[in-house]
Amino acid sequence: MAINKKAIKISKKHLLGIQDLSISDINLILDEAKSFITLNKSKNKKIDILRGKTQINLFFEPSTRTQSSFELAGKRLGADVMSMNIVNSAIKKGETLIDTAMTLNAMHPDIIVIRHQDSGACNLLSQKVNCAVLNAGDGRREHPTQALLDALTIIDRKKKISGLKIAICGDILHSRVARSNIYLLNMLGAELNIVAPSNLMPKDIEKLGINKFTNMKDGVKDCDIVMMLRLQNERMTSSFLSSNREYYEYYGLTPDKLKLAKDDALIMHPGPMNRGIEIDTKLADDINKSVIKEQVELGVAVRMACLKIFGQQ
Amino acid sequence: MKKKFFLNANIIDPYNAIDEIGGLIVNEEGKIEATGKKVNKNNIPSREKFVDLNGKHIFPGLVDMRVFVGEPGFEYKENFKTLSNAALSGGVTSVVTMPNTSPVIDNVSIVDFLKRRGRDKSKINIYPSASLTKNLESTNMTEFGLLKKKGIIAFTDGIQTIQNTRLMSRIMRSAYDLDCLVMQHAEDFELSKNGSVNDGIVATRLGLQGIPDLAERIIIERDLTLLEDFNCRYHISQISSSKSVDVIKKKKDAVKFTTGVSINNLSLNENDIGDFRTFLKLSPPLRTEEDRKSLVEAINKDLIDVIVSDHKPEDEESKRLTFSQAATGASGIETLLPLALEQYHNNSIKLFKIIELLTSNPAKILKINKGNLTIGNDADFCVVDINKPWIVKKENLVSKSKNTSIEDKKMQGKVLSTFVKGEELYKTN
Repeated sequence: MAINKKAIKISKKHLLGIQDLSISDINLILDEAKSFITLNKSKNKKIDILRGKTQINLFFEPSTRTQSSFELAGKRLGADVMSMNIVNSAIKKGETLIDTAMTLNAMHPDIIVIRHQDSGACNLLSQKVNCAVLNAGDGRREHPTQALLDALTIIDRKKKISGLKIAICGDILHSRVARSNIYLLNMLGAELNIVAPSNLMPKDIEKLGINKFTNMKDGVKDCDIVMMLRLQNERMTSSFLSSNREYYEYYGLTPDKLKLAKDDALIMHPGPMNRGIEIDTKLADDINKSVIKEQVELGVAVRMACLKIFGQQ
Repeated sequence: MKKKFFLNANIIDPYNAIDEIGGLIVNEEGKIEATGKKVNKNNIPSREKFVDLNGKHIFPGLVDMRVFVGEPGFEYKENFKTLSNAALSGGVTSVVTMPNTSPVIDNVSIVDFLKRRGRDKSKINIYPSASLTKNLESTNMTEFGLLKKKGIIAFTDGIQTIQNTRLMSRIMRSAYDLDCLVMQHAEDFELSKNGSVNDGIVATRLGLQGIPDLAERIIIERDLTLLEDFNCRYHISQISSSKSVDVIKKKKDAVKFTTGVSINNLSLNENDIGDFRTFLKLSPPLRTEEDRKSLVEAINKDLIDVIVSDHKPEDEESKRLTFSQAATGASGIETLLPLALEQYHNNSIKLFKIIELLTSNPAKILKINKGNLTIGNDADFCVVDINKPWIVKKENLVSKSKNTSIEDKKMQGKVLSTFVKGEELYKTN
């Protein structure tokens, strides 16, 4: 697909969450991303759409794939990318998010990519800076580019989303990926089964228009996609589960549980994985069923699309 | 002081069951000389000047049972002088201040300091409460008896809740012996840990840790159960949910206690938080619209006795943070009455009832002779145009902190002037 270098109009200035986007915004981003898939596979991966633009990656939480994916995406588009190392920054000296934002704003960036442990941090930032803000994950609220890349992966394999039955399983309570995916896949017409033990199920989640399951076998039955989430032990302050091995027994994706899904069901996981806790290690590596590596690959394309669209506003 | 005459006012004085058109006379000592329909143009000396209020309302000065002041320790948020001015502009003439200061109001010597400051710096009646436990640590009780002798009329740990049941039962026993009022903020801290909004769809959507209504209900149930054995004067500071209303309804006949509600929980719901508006991060949190309606209904069924402002001034820096980091509470003493009038204008609660919950009821619970227009008492009252439209603007707030929960809200009803001991200390422009 040929690359469209022209700026594309989108209804929002920032990408803070899927909740703010319309279906046409989403289709715009996904179409744009498709055009970058081929580019990313070619020998010369660099174009100059964002030449002269400055992109700052502001990661308050550790991240491997999202941060490197955003960094690579910006560089491939020709932007000057700076990744702030929070460990050595003034934030450790007690500077507030708003003061950090004002400081960075004074350097006239065109795009700020932010990940923060607090829900709504990107919203706060977006009110204080002049450039586009892209949310790379805020607390347990949203992780829009992850949901977009998941959607792109599903479309790539299944050619559609509408009408598919998709199970999202695991630590839903602490998961921004789950929330963004619920909004996005719902909007695109999928039927969603949300599977989690009651202690990891957010209150009133059924109001988001999903089917709620505490029994994984019921939840994955006849599904086209089984999306596993990471057990976020670092966010768990008190006893949510008795043990990892019990969790694996009841909520880990094992071959016998996967059998209940459709024969051609795909396995997804946003990474990083806890092998042997939420997913059987062989299943994770099964090239016929697992699209986990493809998710990472398409992540770069999706982030290029987002950087292009929001960076050119 | 010259005698003052007010005529043609709508006088509401719930304590004396007065709700009529009439006048009010303040004598030379600043005391009420006469009120009601007997006071009219025909029976005041013809040479006297009088104020014709043309049907405007006169209410007793409001008694606000839950007010935070930054003095001592956090004077940059609010001091006695700014609190007093904010209160006056809202028609509030008596307040109970919370002990959550630095140092904590937990001993006799600090009470002396506080009373002196309150007297010198403020023009309203300040009733400091003292903490239930030393340094709010929930381990040792404060000296209820000695503090009471110094003039403390209520005991509470303010934003803290006594979690330990044994300690709570001992507090109740002592409070019973010494006839002290215990006011509890009902919140199970294990259940509310790290929470910042109501546990429900809003928490799920915003990705914030929720505070379940269970956290409130479980403490209320516990305390009311304890109260069956240790019947002290007990007041639930504020309730926020329909579950709490249910518990109160069930226990009302079995034990004696009183209940308050914050004007915020009575007027707003969790959806008002919108896009992480930290000024609406409150404790107890704003809950669902069904919860809010149940609180209104509870007032009409006499299950809630008091409306408070829960005035909690916080500086800009404490609020310009992410939602989970931001400080809890809203400044609200000056908008308490106008916001409460909204319930009258939308036909939810009768005006007489609203004024009762803002004046005579809190005074009765506190056992203070305030919140009434009884002849011979201090002439603490306010003149209110209950229909006057205005808009809440942060920059127009009198309080030192501008963290209002109702920025830009259209109001109907404004305090025109406020009198304390017969002296006009506030007049709207």
